[in-house]
Amino acid sequence: MSSPDTKLSIRHLVKEYVPGKPVLKDISLDIEGRGITAIIGPSGTGKSTLIRCINRLINPTSGEIMFEGRDLAKLSGTPLREARRRIGMVFQEYNLVERLTVMENVLSGRLGYVSAWTAWRRKFDDADIQKAFALLKRVGLADFANRRADELSGGQRQRVGIARAVMQSPGLLLADEPTSSLDPKTSVEIMEVMRDLAAENSIPVMINIHQVELGKRYAQRIIGMSGGLVVYDGAPDGLDADILKKIYGGQDWLAT
Amino acid sequence: MNTSAAAELDRWIRFTPAQRLARFAVFFGLVAVVAWALKTIEIIPEFLYDAPEQVVDMGRRMWPVDWAHFWPVVWPALVETMHIAAMATILGLIMGIPVGFLAAKNATPVWWLNAIARFILVATRSISTLIWALFFVAMFGPGPLSGALAIAFHSIGFIGKMFSEGVEEANRGSIEALQAVGASRMQLILMGYWPMVLPTFWSVALFRWDINVRESVVLGLVGAGGIGMALNAAIDLIQWDRVSLVLFTIFVVVILIETIVTQIRKRVI
Repeated sequence: MSSPDTKLSIRHLVKEYVPGKPVLKDISLDIEGRGITAIIGPSGTGKSTLIRCINRLINPTSGEIMFEGRDLAKLSGTPLREARRRIGMVFQEYNLVERLTVMENVLSGRLGYVSAWTAWRRKFDDADIQKAFALLKRVGLADFANRRADELSGGQRQRVGIARAVMQSPGLLLADEPTSSLDPKTSVEIMEVMRDLAAENSIPVMINIHQVELGKRYAQRIIGMSGGLVVYDGAPDGLDADILKKIYGGQDWLAT
Repeated sequence: MNTSAAAELDRWIRFTPAQRLARFAVFFGLVAVVAWALKTIEIIPEFLYDAPEQVVDMGRRMWPVDWAHFWPVVWPALVETMHIAAMATILGLIMGIPVGFLAAKNATPVWWLNAIARFILVATRSISTLIWALFFVAMFGPGPLSGALAIAFHSIGFIGKMFSEGVEEANRGSIEALQAVGASRMQLILMGYWPMVLPTFWSVALFRWDINVRESVVLGLVGAGGIGMALNAAIDLIQWDRVSLVLFTIFVVVILIETIVTQIRKRVI
């Protein structure tokens, strides 16, 4: 049963791209209302599918995803859009609209709250614009508001992506391999920005990550997935060589 | 390598007998078609023999060019042609862009809307400008308005097709991100697809304008106004020195536009 602190509750989630070949096999998870949860596991094990099922960029085959009193798995149309407004997402490839300015990209985080006509005329609320400036300052891009997104470096783009997601004032932040396209130093910086912004705005974070060390360093909880199943769920300290072997298979890659 | 292998050389045959037969059949067919066509168009040899004489004669009548005719008649007609082309291009864009969005499978994931949009694109494009002109002349009478409408409607197919291809190449990730934010379909188009395909839009607009200037010259010949009409009048009145003036003007304008469009595309897009 879920505790009162549970923000997101996934029950018996199954996703089959091809009938009879599930990528996610009966996943059940509870995510609490704070902290970072890192999902690790080999490529193709359904980490990304799991994250994308939550905000329905991918439609689950069966199961339940309870979030803020609604079953996300069953929503469509306007209720789905309303639920998506409450879930921020950060992507591996940043996924900004490259030909728009940094400011326009950050303000895009408010699209769920304004009409298409308002957005087209860029008539966002003053409060939203103030918040966007504050966020840009917070991620260290105060002077970049009017630069086009395609002029920025990868790390800078990811900062804009994070600002866009936080701009939604979300109840949950999803991150799908947010550092996989970045160098190690920038990866750490991005993780710090994400951790700090999530803490300041009390947003729980679910993050898919390839770099186990980064996950251990920033997450309070690690979920290890293998073959579409959760094989580890616990504190970062508990991740020993045996468990990593269970998650990724083999052992030659593990430095002794 | 040994001697016995050299004795039994592998034979390499480029075509199988069936392929050779098929190739011969195609070749024979082509010759037959050309022969048949030559017979049908009935070339009269006498007209061919004196062709060089005729060309020289026409050249003589075209020279000297009647430059004085430019400012009173050809220039206003040229301005009208440019106006028809501009009008037609703007109207074509206004009508073609929405259809282009409807035809793009990613921006409009509704198969029957795609089908309707594709039908409109194919239909408008396959009906030639001249047929559209006949249609609009019947509706609004001859003149620049009918010409502009005819070219505009014929442009829809080209503009919509090129534009929808641009839309389908837009970065899916960016659209996904906006979906994740909770954006509506209209917002995806205005804040996602539109900024991404803006270069395609300008490129299509310029390219079509270039084509439409030439189209409006031709339409003038059938009475839609502009420089084509001036050409037609000069031919009807056998004023060859004026015909050469109009032809020269068209030539210069087409080259000029081609240069302008190429330069803009190179620098801006």
